[in-house]
Amino acid sequence: MSGTTFGAVVRRDLLLAARQRADVANTLLFFLVVVTMVPLGVGPEMNTLRTIAPGVVWVAALLAAILSLNRLFASDFADGTLEQMVLSGEPLPVIVMAKALAHWLTTGLPITVMAVLLGVMFDLPRDAIGVLVASLLLGTPALSLIGAVGAALTLGLRGGGVLITLLVLPLYVPVLIFGAGAVEAVAGGLAPRGQLLLLGALSIGSTVLAPWAIAAALRISLE
Amino acid sequence: MLETIDLECTRGERLLFAGLAFAIEAGHCLHVAGENGAGKTTLLRILCGLLSPTHGEVRWAGKDIRRLREDYWQLLGYVGHLNGVKDDLTALENVRFAAALAGHPAGEEVARHALGAVGLAGFESSQARFLSQGQRRRIALARLFLAHESKLWILDEPFTALDVRGVAALATLIGEQLERGGIVVLTTHQEVPLPGRVRRLDIHAPAVHT
Repeated sequence: MSGTTFGAVVRRDLLLAARQRADVANTLLFFLVVVTMVPLGVGPEMNTLRTIAPGVVWVAALLAAILSLNRLFASDFADGTLEQMVLSGEPLPVIVMAKALAHWLTTGLPITVMAVLLGVMFDLPRDAIGVLVASLLLGTPALSLIGAVGAALTLGLRGGGVLITLLVLPLYVPVLIFGAGAVEAVAGGLAPRGQLLLLGALSIGSTVLAPWAIAAALRISLE
Repeated sequence: MLETIDLECTRGERLLFAGLAFAIEAGHCLHVAGENGAGKTTLLRILCGLLSPTHGEVRWAGKDIRRLREDYWQLLGYVGHLNGVKDDLTALENVRFAAALAGHPAGEEVARHALGAVGLAGFESSQARFLSQGQRRRIALARLFLAHESKLWILDEPFTALDVRGVAALATLIGEQLERGGIVVLTTHQEVPLPGRVRRLDIHAPAVHT
């Protein structure tokens, strides 16, 4: 039975995202704008751009993820759907896992796809683009899951937006370091395997642990 | 079936109630009454398990609901102050999602039937944002028509925003639930004649001792 509930929550969140396209577009547009503004600010020196590209893309992905966190639980909280989720006969960690997956499908995944284009724009070598995409694919699930813990903790608080950034940013730092590090390793002629494996480990670790933390945080927020 | 033992609740610095103990048997309805701010909603949220009491416990069939968790929530149908209705979904989508969330997915026919039962036939494919407050309330109440497995209904002001016929229909529905051997706990400020065995529980804010 848990499987059908999981599927229903994912489907519903994707349907809602399709009906509120502006919200999703806002995050992706922000990502695109931040990355494309950098060459204008830094100047057209190709070598510099090639060096900073992985870091820029990763920082923008991280900020875009933070920007999108507020809408993860806020509307369900405001209209009472969250109460129904907490009182569901299905385990709450399964439900929040589904919500985190839907969040990743509407932020992490499109960001990863857009990164291919941005890699070309920064004139990254083909293998570096491959590693950039792989690092985003492996790392962005952790951003959604860790971010969801912060979103659940700050739910219903005044000034939650600032607090969420403070809570979540330190936890995002390892993802950023290994993500950008993997691409820089390739550029420097090293194997990116270690960094990519660590990113995967971070995502798997947060998949295992975050749903329980999110569920506990939501119960506290609803009290 | 549902009993509370020495329930006490403090919100902020204010003591809402203390030493609250009652038991409701199958087929009975409990009408929680009291002034605004007396703690009716708080009591209902405690009975749901959304809120932990400061002291005491709520038991279902002799077991603490904080231990039963999902086993208890499976039996529970809750309609709170907030409807839990998504503006961007149609009435039908809202009902079907609510059913899937509760763990017993409903086919389209069942969901249409539930909407018909609350008088929303013909509005199935309207997005909830275009419906009135009363109609959204009806979508929330349609959940109860799906949930015949729910032994326990906890309804917070279910009659607000409903028109005369809606109120009568819901009262009938409550009567049927009691006949099936279910339990209903509700709050209301309207004088609605409720069928079946109804007990009234008045909660007052305790006198302030200085």
